[in-house]
Amino acid sequence: MKFRAKIVDAACLNHFTRVSNMIARLAKTCTLRISPEKLNFILCDRLASGGVSMWSELEQENFFSEFQMEGVSAENNVIYVELASENLSRALKTAQNARTLKIKLTNKNFPCLTVSVELLSVSSSSRIVTHDIPIKVIPRRLWKDLQEPSVPDADVSIYLPALKTMKSVVEKMKNISNHLVMEANLSGDLNLKIETELVCVTTHFRDLGNPPLASGDTPWDRDPAEMAEVCVDIRKLLQLLAGQQVNPTKALCSLVAGRMLHLHLLYEDVSLQYFIPARS
Amino acid sequence: MPFLTQRVQAETDQYCFVASLDNVRNFSTILKAIHFRDHATCFTTKNGIKVTVENAKCVQANAFIQAEVFQEFLVQEETVVFRVNLTVLLDCLSIFGSNPMPGTLTALRMCYQGYGHPLMLFLEEGGVVTVCKINTQEPEETLDFGFGNANVTSKIILLSEGLREAFSELDMTSEVLQITISPDKPYFRLSTFGNAGSSHLDYPKDCDLMETFQCNQTQVNRYKLSLLKPSTKALVLSCKVSIRTDDRGFLSLQYLIKNEDGHTCFVDYYCSPDEDVPAAESPV
Repeated sequence: MKFRAKIVDAACLNHFTRVSNMIARLAKTCTLRISPEKLNFILCDRLASGGVSMWSELEQENFFSEFQMEGVSAENNVIYVELASENLSRALKTAQNARTLKIKLTNKNFPCLTVSVELLSVSSSSRIVTHDIPIKVIPRRLWKDLQEPSVPDADVSIYLPALKTMKSVVEKMKNISNHLVMEANLSGDLNLKIETELVCVTTHFRDLGNPPLASGDTPWDRDPAEMAEVCVDIRKLLQLLAGQQVNPTKALCSLVAGRMLHLHLLYEDVSLQYFIPARS
Repeated sequence: MPFLTQRVQAETDQYCFVASLDNVRNFSTILKAIHFRDHATCFTTKNGIKVTVENAKCVQANAFIQAEVFQEFLVQEETVVFRVNLTVLLDCLSIFGSNPMPGTLTALRMCYQGYGHPLMLFLEEGGVVTVCKINTQEPEETLDFGFGNANVTSKIILLSEGLREAFSELDMTSEVLQITISPDKPYFRLSTFGNAGSSHLDYPKDCDLMETFQCNQTQVNRYKLSLLKPSTKALVLSCKVSIRTDDRGFLSLQYLIKNEDGHTCFVDYYCSPDEDVPAAESPV
């Protein structure tokens, strides 16, 4: 099992730092899946702790100038490791304005993800900062729990409004209530609702647009005005919204009525899927 | 603001109180200044809204928002009174964020049908509409501090900046704030008695910060610091403050606040004295 990768471009480095910060805000510990083409950050919460899952994906060639890996075996050319996501984002904090960043799997008494940063300095001598992030290698028998979640057929898919607006609304709603009802229809309407014995608050977003169907999909079979409804834990939704520093190029939300909310955010080189189960 | 104009007259008629405003911050900022308890009683008359918050039957804060601050202000009865949860109201008013991007305003329309009905808020920013239905509660009787002009023994008007620093640096380990007002030195003195010793802050009567100084008789009164501290919120927003005490030692602080549109609003604080300090006690 081997992995080593290198970033030399400053823009790529910034971008990678941003991704890791975003992950750190969403998940305390996450699984990093390394395959020849892709890196995935994965979170599969147990139902008891909220049941949220996350699947984020980046193409390695958009970030790394060198990328070598050797998985468990030739037919299973993948590596799964678990790490505290904050450790990675903290290590990358020192990498601002760095000349190069190297990441590799090492074994220094215990398995590590070693991040070494070559810093620029005024004099010609270079300085290198090395972070050893403890990791847990995940054995193959547990991989099946860490596959890309399949998205059940959505009742309604809709584009999300500016996340900043949505975040401030959800933030205030969180002060009042613990759960939130999201409802949307196929006419581009999205409502966020909370209801307590003190107050009912509904925010209406209009004309958001629904994504076109892919050619193979069965056409929607519902009244375009009819709302599909999912009630979720408001903190889980806020966690996702608060973690987004940059507005995604595309943000899509799919509602499976009464079951789950699937949020799909697309950035230039990264895609993030976030699944929030409905409150039972 | 299409949603504001769409409403037909007939709909307006069913409400006993309707107010609309194109910048919600002109309203919410003033309410924040008196937000030290969860509940507030609102009195609306044709002149405007008075919002009252009380604590421990010892302190009362009133915010006055004049009808002129609103673009539309209709009250069908002489006085419409209701009680709401102020924390919830403020969360609703700032639903689109407390610090909006420059150039974007949140518009507000407030409607109330009358006793037993919720207070309806319609907020709009950039085409996004939020509807809030805040349940109202049985209005409670509010205190009357009987602060009449006839009983006022001293009156000071200060520029707020003069008091702002003093209040932010008050020794919070002291249980009380002692206010001395006298026709002779030290004129106006704020004292605290904390763990690290006592401290006194004097304002000479002819300093630049002092606009008015009227006092015929030396008065020394103590007020619970924990009751006065919340008034700092109003102090921070205000440009002038009037400090008055009456012959029973009651304190009135009146803050003059200018909102973003240049309208003047007032916030009053009334506080009862903590204990009797012998009037004869000469200031140290």
